[in-house]
Amino acid sequence: MIRLSIPLRQALARLALPLMIAAAFGVMLLGKADALLAERLRAQLADALAPIYAALAEPMSAVRGAVEEVRALTTLREENALLRQENERLRRWHATALALESENDMLRRQLNFLPEAAPAFVTARVVADGGGTYARAVLLAAGPQHGIRKGQVALDERGFVGRVTEVGTRSARVLLATDMNSRIPVTLEGSRARAIMAGSNGARPRLAHWPEGVIPVEGERVVTNAEAGAFPAGLPVGVVRVSAQGVPEVELFARLDRLDSVRLFDYGLRGILPPESVARPEPRQGRR
Amino acid sequence: MANAPFRRPEGRPAPAPGLLRRIDDFARLAFPGVSTAVLLVLAAAPVSLPSPVFAVALPCVAFWTVFRPAAMAPPVTFALGLLLDLLTLAPLGAGVLVLLVVHGLALRFRRFLARQSFLAVWLAFCLAAAGAAGLHWAMQALLALSLPPLAPAMHAALLSAGLYPAVALVLTRLHEAMRHAEGAP
Repeated sequence: MIRLSIPLRQALARLALPLMIAAAFGVMLLGKADALLAERLRAQLADALAPIYAALAEPMSAVRGAVEEVRALTTLREENALLRQENERLRRWHATALALESENDMLRRQLNFLPEAAPAFVTARVVADGGGTYARAVLLAAGPQHGIRKGQVALDERGFVGRVTEVGTRSARVLLATDMNSRIPVTLEGSRARAIMAGSNGARPRLAHWPEGVIPVEGERVVTNAEAGAFPAGLPVGVVRVSAQGVPEVELFARLDRLDSVRLFDYGLRGILPPESVARPEPRQGRR
Repeated sequence: MANAPFRRPEGRPAPAPGLLRRIDDFARLAFPGVSTAVLLVLAAAPVSLPSPVFAVALPCVAFWTVFRPAAMAPPVTFALGLLLDLLTLAPLGAGVLVLLVVHGLALRFRRFLARQSFLAVWLAFCLAAAGAAGLHWAMQALLALSLPPLAPAMHAALLSAGLYPAVALVLTRLHEAMRHAEGAP
């Protein structure tokens, strides 16, 4: 250590604070003059401190977990009450379902009803949106020996998505229900009225051609209709929403904006005419 | 040839205790600065809470300046301020100046403050914290040439005023222990 005389040391001690304040202004100027300096220093400091924080991360997360636990415990009571309520409701529904099932069984026995075979399905991954002829369509990747055929019905985990329109050797294209060219025969579940759900390239397809005297009601469930033999009856499609302009639209159950995989069901329906026959209609007989 | 017995020179202290003593002294001198720096680094740890770095720095600097000014010298304060600026995203130099001003004020009134009760010191610190947060906000506005939101500054002032008793409690214990160690021969 350098030995300094006492007066000099005192003078230095008294000068230290003004000097340091001047240095603080110097640092400010430096920081203003070289904006990258602070960035670089911060990055170096962060590099140096990163191991410390990494070591701290474990106990920190434990503490955070404990706090979360405590918070969950405080809300446990309300949650429990809510769950109990919901359980009650679900129990009622369960009872209703059981009753309906037994009733259904009984009615089927009386009618000698032929049950439909469970449809076979394949699940395919959605690899691309759009493309091709249609504005609202998705491309599916399929294996080389896939059994996908034109006209199969595509559903996601919530409801109706669309119909297969093109099939390649390793891919298939599904025309979504929202596309301008999509026309789906549907049934309004409340009134059992038939209608056509016509896509508009928007998020909600519109309802059209419902019979006179029936008005689609807001919140009514919409399911597919077996008319024309293109779809099986009763696939969930969506609910009716009346737009601001008073046009009844369908809010789809399926989340078409975030499709990642769809199931393609083979109902064995041949209701859709192949394009060749549409292009060359057969002449009607007996009208010569 | 027989080994001549080694004679320890008499009247001179053994070197080991002197070294230990010096290390001890140095540790005591360095403790306030280093402990504050460690606290700052811990406070800057990425948690989901708003960063309490500024609020932690103020009580430490004020306490050590009042009760142990030799250890919280202006250069140490300067270094802590620089660390504060680097740990937070404030413009470089703002925290340095604020800590130096707090240090200077505490040094100026230290003889008066050291005699007061804890409550009075806390009250004075609350005022100082409010002033420091205001100054920090003003420096940020000046250096960035834009008005930063006021809420974080008020938040920091309140947080640091609230942290002071906890910090002071621990630091007072440490200070007493250090005084005790210094008093012992």
